[in-house]
Amino acid sequence: MGPGGIASSGADVISTFESELKKVKVDALIEEGCSLHKVGCFGLCSKDVLVDLEINGNKTTYQYVKPNMVQRIVQEHIINNKPILEWTTDEDYQNFYKKQVKVVLSDCGKVDYDSIDSYISISGYRATEKVLKTMSPEEVIEDIKKSGLRGRGGAGFPTGIKWEACRKVESQQKYIICNADEGDPGAFMDRAVIEGNPHAVIEGMIIGAYAIGADKGYVYIRAEYPLAVERLTLAINQARKKGFLGKNISDTGFSFDIKIKLGAGAFVCGEETALIVSIEGQRGMPRAKPPFPVYKGLWGKPTIINNVETLANIPYIIRNGAQWYSSYGTEKSKGTKVFALTGKIKNTGLIEVPMGITLREIIYDIGGGIEGGKAFKAVQTGGPSGGCIPVDMLDLNVDYESLAKAGSIVGSGGMIVLDEDDCMVNVAKYFLQFTQSESCGKCVPCRIGTKRLLEILDRITKGLGKVDDIEILEKLSSDVKATSLCGLGQTAPNPVISTLKYFRDEYETHIKDKKCPAKVCKDLLTYFIMEATCTGCVACMRACPAGAITGEKKKPHVINQEICIKCGACFDVCKFKAVEKE
Amino acid sequence: MLEVSPEIEKKINDILNKYIEGEGNVISLLQDAQETFGYIPENVVDWFSKKLDIPESRFFGIATFYAQFHLKPRGKNIITACCGTACHVKGSEKLISTASRELNLKGDEDTTEDGEITFEKVACLGTCSMAPVVIINKKMHGKMTTEKLAREIKSITKAKK
Repeated sequence: MGPGGIASSGADVISTFESELKKVKVDALIEEGCSLHKVGCFGLCSKDVLVDLEINGNKTTYQYVKPNMVQRIVQEHIINNKPILEWTTDEDYQNFYKKQVKVVLSDCGKVDYDSIDSYISISGYRATEKVLKTMSPEEVIEDIKKSGLRGRGGAGFPTGIKWEACRKVESQQKYIICNADEGDPGAFMDRAVIEGNPHAVIEGMIIGAYAIGADKGYVYIRAEYPLAVERLTLAINQARKKGFLGKNISDTGFSFDIKIKLGAGAFVCGEETALIVSIEGQRGMPRAKPPFPVYKGLWGKPTIINNVETLANIPYIIRNGAQWYSSYGTEKSKGTKVFALTGKIKNTGLIEVPMGITLREIIYDIGGGIEGGKAFKAVQTGGPSGGCIPVDMLDLNVDYESLAKAGSIVGSGGMIVLDEDDCMVNVAKYFLQFTQSESCGKCVPCRIGTKRLLEILDRITKGLGKVDDIEILEKLSSDVKATSLCGLGQTAPNPVISTLKYFRDEYETHIKDKKCPAKVCKDLLTYFIMEATCTGCVACMRACPAGAITGEKKKPHVINQEICIKCGACFDVCKFKAVEKE
Repeated sequence: MLEVSPEIEKKINDILNKYIEGEGNVISLLQDAQETFGYIPENVVDWFSKKLDIPESRFFGIATFYAQFHLKPRGKNIITACCGTACHVKGSEKLISTASRELNLKGDEDTTEDGEITFEKVACLGTCSMAPVVIINKKMHGKMTTEKLAREIKSITKAKK
C-alpha cells in the first residue's frame, strides 16, 4: 500500500478482500491465524497491486491484482487451496529480489504500518530498550562508528563521527532532526520507509537522541507527502502512548519527544542550515559553515541532522550488531543502500542492495533490462546534484567513492535509466531548470551562474548554440561549483559536467548540425507524413491541435510546416507509423 | 488597515490562538491560513501583521519563497502535473503543453479565466514507477497520456456547463 498501490486501487482491493472473506465466513477462523494485513510498499511498484497470501507457511504472491479478481482468489485459493497460477508473480519478480539485501526495507511490506504492536512483534523497540537499559551513550556511538554507517541523504558523512562530535559539545539543550525533506526528483525511498515502517525511524531518533544527549526531536517532512505525514503522526502518538516517547522512557530516566514540522516546498531546505532556519519559521536560506550544526544548530544549540534512511538503519544495527552491518558493502562504503530505480526500465521500484554491487547487476539482473527492447544509453544517479553514467561504465561499483570518481554521486539514491530516445542535452537542461528555479538566491554564483548555464543549454536545444558554448559551459560550471555557498550550487553543474564528459558529441551535433540525435528537442525537429504508408485514416488530422494537417479521407495527409507547433500529437496517434520526425 | 469581515476575523483569531499556545511561527501561521482560505488573502496578512507586530514584508517574503503558498485564489478543480525526472523522460513536457493548450493558459497563468481549473507543476511526487503522473482533484493518475489528459480536462469543463 505505497502510493503506487493506492493509485492502482489498492484500497479497493483490500475492501473487496474484506467483504469477500466475510461472505465466506473466514472471519470465524481469525483466531486460528487468518487475518488481513495492510502493509507498506513491497518495492516492485510496476506490478502493483501486489498481494501476499500465506496459508500454513506457504506464501504466494499475486501481481496486478484488481478488485474484480479478488472473488476468484478467495474461492479457489483460500477455500479450495488451489493457487491461481496464471495470476501469481513471474520470473521477473523472483529476479527482482534475488540480488537484493534488505535491512532498512526488511520490514516494509511485512509490518502493518499503523500498528505499533505489529512492529513490536517483529522485535520492534527492542533496540531502544537495549540502548536505554544496558548501554552508555559512548557505547552506542562506538557501535555506530564500527558499523561504518554513512549518511544516506547524499553527502555520506560517517554517522557515528557526527554523533560523537555532538556528544562532546557541552550544552543544556541539544536537538536531533530527522531530515525527511526528500526533494530530489526521482527519489522516494524516504517516503516509502516512513509510510511502510514509521516506527523504525522513531526508534532511530530515540537512540540518536540518547547518544548525543538531546531531549527534543523534529521531523522536517515535505507537505507533498500527506500519506507519510499521516502515518508518522499516528506512529508518534502510539509510541507516546506505549511510553517510548515522553518523560522517563521505560523507567530509565531518559526523556525525549518528537514534533513534526511540515516543509513548505523548497528544495534548498534539504540543506541542513536552510532546514534549521525553516524550522525556525524563516525563509530557508543556507548560511556559511562553519559553525557546523553540531556546534550551532537549531536556535543556536548543538543539533544533529540525519536523513530518514540513515535513522531507520540504526535499530537494525543495534539489534544485529555493528559487525553484521559492516559485513555488507565495500571497504569504505559499508552496509546497504536503497535506490529508487525508475525511467526506461522494465522493473521499476525501490531496491535495497549491498554497497559495491555493479550498475549492470542493478539494471539488468534486478531491473530486468530496458523497456521495449531499446538500447541503454545512460543512468542518472544522485538527482540534480548527480551525473549521467554511460554504457561503457556499467561495470562500475555502486559506492560513494566509485560514483564520485565517475563524476556522479550516490546522493539520496535516485537512479533513472535513460535509453536511446533520451537527449542528454535535454536531460542536462531539465536538471538546470530545476536547480535554477530552486536556487534560493542568496549567493551570486548559484543565483546568476545557474541562470546563465540554463540560458546556454536552452539556446543549444533550440538550435541557436554557438561554437564556443561548450567551452563557456565548462568554465562556468567549474566556477559555480567552486564558489557557491551551499551544496545546491556546489553540485548544480554536475549534470552538465558529466554529460559534457561522456556525451560531448550530442552537444556538438546540436550546435554544429542543428540536429537532435535522439529526436527530443522540439525546435530541431520536423514532422512529416510518409505518403506511402499513410492510409488516410484522419486520426492525425483529428488529433492535431493546430489544424496543421490537411488531406482527404483514404488519401495521404500533409503537414503544413508553417502552422505545425511540433507537439507530436500526430506521431503518437498514428497507428501505421506513417508520421516521422527528423 | 484592510477590511476584514467578522466571519473571517473569527477564523483568523482561532489560528492566532493556536500560534500563541503552541510553538508556532510565521510559516505555520501561513500554512494554517492557506488551509482555511485556500490561498493567502492580503487582508489576512495585514491583520496578522498588526496583531503580532511583525512586518508584512516578512510574511510575503516567506510566502513567495516557498512553493506551497498561493497569493491568488485557486481554481475549484486542481490538476497537478509531476515534473520529476522519471516523468520528464516519460513525456511530462507533452502533458504540460497539452494541458496549457486545452485550458487556454498563457505565459505564467495557472488558473483558467473562469476560476474553474488551476493547473500546476510539482517537482516530484515520488511515485516515479507510474510515470508520467498527473493528479486530478487529489486522485493520482499514473502512466498518463496526452489523449487521456485532454479527455479528463474536457470532462471537467463539460460537467460545469
